[in-house]
Order: sequence, then structure tokens, then C-alpha cells
Amino acid sequence: MGIVSPGFRRRRHDADVQLPPGQYLTEDFPVLSAGPTPNISLDRWEFTIASETGQEYRWTWDELLELPAEEPTVDIHCVTKWSKLATTWRGVSLDLLMEDVDTTADYALAHCYGGYTTNLPLEDLLDGRAWVVYEFDGSELAPQHGGPARLLVPHLYFWKSAKWVRGLQLMEFDEPGFWEGVGYHNYGDPWREQRYAGD
Amino acid sequence: MTDDYQDGNALAGPLAELFAVDVTAATGRCVSCGDTRRVADLRVYGHAQGWVARCPSCEHVILRLVRAPDAAWLDLQGTTSLRVPLPPV
Repeated sequence: MGIVSPGFRRRRHDADVQLPPGQYLTEDFPVLSAGPTPNISLDRWEFTIASETGQEYRWTWDELLELPAEEPTVDIHCVTKWSKLATTWRGVSLDLLMEDVDTTADYALAHCYGGYTTNLPLEDLLDGRAWVVYEFDGSELAPQHGGPARLLVPHLYFWKSAKWVRGLQLMEFDEPGFWEGVGYHNYGDPWREQRYAGD
Repeated sequence: MTDDYQDGNALAGPLAELFAVDVTAATGRCVSCGDTRRVADLRVYGHAQGWVARCPSCEHVILRLVRAPDAAWLDLQGTTSLRVPLPPV
């Protein structure tokens, strides 16, 4: 038996944590919103993936909950410079939702209740890197944090993890979303500090 | 939060950097519902990574303003025009 028991875990201190450039650590969960929080009835909620040929794939709220769930624990990084570590979520992998979708598209535009949009390369939504999540920290996702469901794409700045998500539009050509069209970086990699267009 | 916004006077400071006139006194027409309002009367959501001003009648986005360290982006797609009051010439 080794000196360190298998159950021992070193506590993460600020000094031990490597953050993306320009970020600071927070224990809070700040709320950023570009508009009013939409009231979304679960009876009418749906998530749609629309392919570039116009074919649509839909899930109701109950159908989403019936799908096998994953519980990712991830660090999140907001472009306003806060980072929050080891956040826990529950939701459905985009790999699963995309499994039967027939597409050759390279890009996706996420659409949300309330009108928000954000664009991503489709490959960034696959390979275990993106989810539609409906729980945060063991509780249902609060409306101010994007509930009933939001996109979670933690390897990009958090504005890409669209709150109140209602669908993905798959596209052959890229199209800027709500913030990308007014100065924010098209891709938004926090480790390359891609905050603004031209960074 | 649902009602977590300020009125359009919150744009006086950030817009003063771009415009020589006080744009909050200007009036614009919403492209969505046609309502004509002073910029000062818009609903401004500033708890974001930029300022987003919405029409009080229909919540359509009238104006977006993003400030980077070395540049600013202003989007006025949501208004058909701005009428800016000026001193008589």
C-alpha cells in the first residue's frame, strides 16, 4: 500500500489551477443576459435539429429526458473573464442527438427561445465535447442560467453555451450569431484568448 | 432576471465615446413593431458582454454595443433610422 491512500485528493488551490489567459477564478455563478428570461412551458418545449436539406429531427421535453443522460464535470470560462471550475451538469450528449442526423454540414447555428443565436463548427459539438443540459449542481437548471435546457460547450467561451436552447440549424456555410455579428470572436477559444474579432 | 434591465439613459456614457451628440435624446423606429421611441426609453440589458437595448413594446433588439479594449462595435439593425435633435443652424 502506498503512502497516499487511494481516496486522498489534493484540494485545488488557486495557485495550483491553470486558467486560460486573462481569466480569474470565481466561486459564484454570475448571470449574463442580453434580454428578458423567457417563460418556457415544458409542454410546448422542443429541441429541433434541422439539416442543410431541410430535414428536421425533433425531441419533446419528455423524449429528451428519456434519452441516456451524461453527467459532465467541466470548467467553464466566460468572456467577461470569470472562470468557474468543476461545474457539474446533467444532460444529453450532442453525439447522441446527432446520431441519426443525415448531414454533410460543417457549421451549426444554435437557436434559442428569446431569439439568441450562436454559431459553431459542427465538429465542436461532437466527440464528447457538447451537451444539451437540464441540471446544474444536482438541481434542475434555473431559468436565469438557461433552464429548462441550455447548450454546454465548455471548451469554448461560455457565450457559445447558449441558454434556453431550442435547436440547431446545420449549415454548409458559417453564419455569425448574436454576439459574433457585433465584434466577438467567431470561434472563441479561451486558451487562445479569442475574445474579439481579430484576436 | 426577467426584469433586470435599465432604461436607455444607461447608454449615455458608452455612446458619448462614439458620438458628439447625446444619442439618448434621439428617436428611433423599431423595425419589428414600428414603435417610435427615444433611445433613453429603450430597455437596456447591460449585465452581458455588451449593451443590448430592446424595444419596450415588443422586446425586439434595437441596438447592440460592444466595447473591446481598442475598438467598439455598434449595431443599429433594429431601428430604421435615428432622428437626432440638433441646435438650429
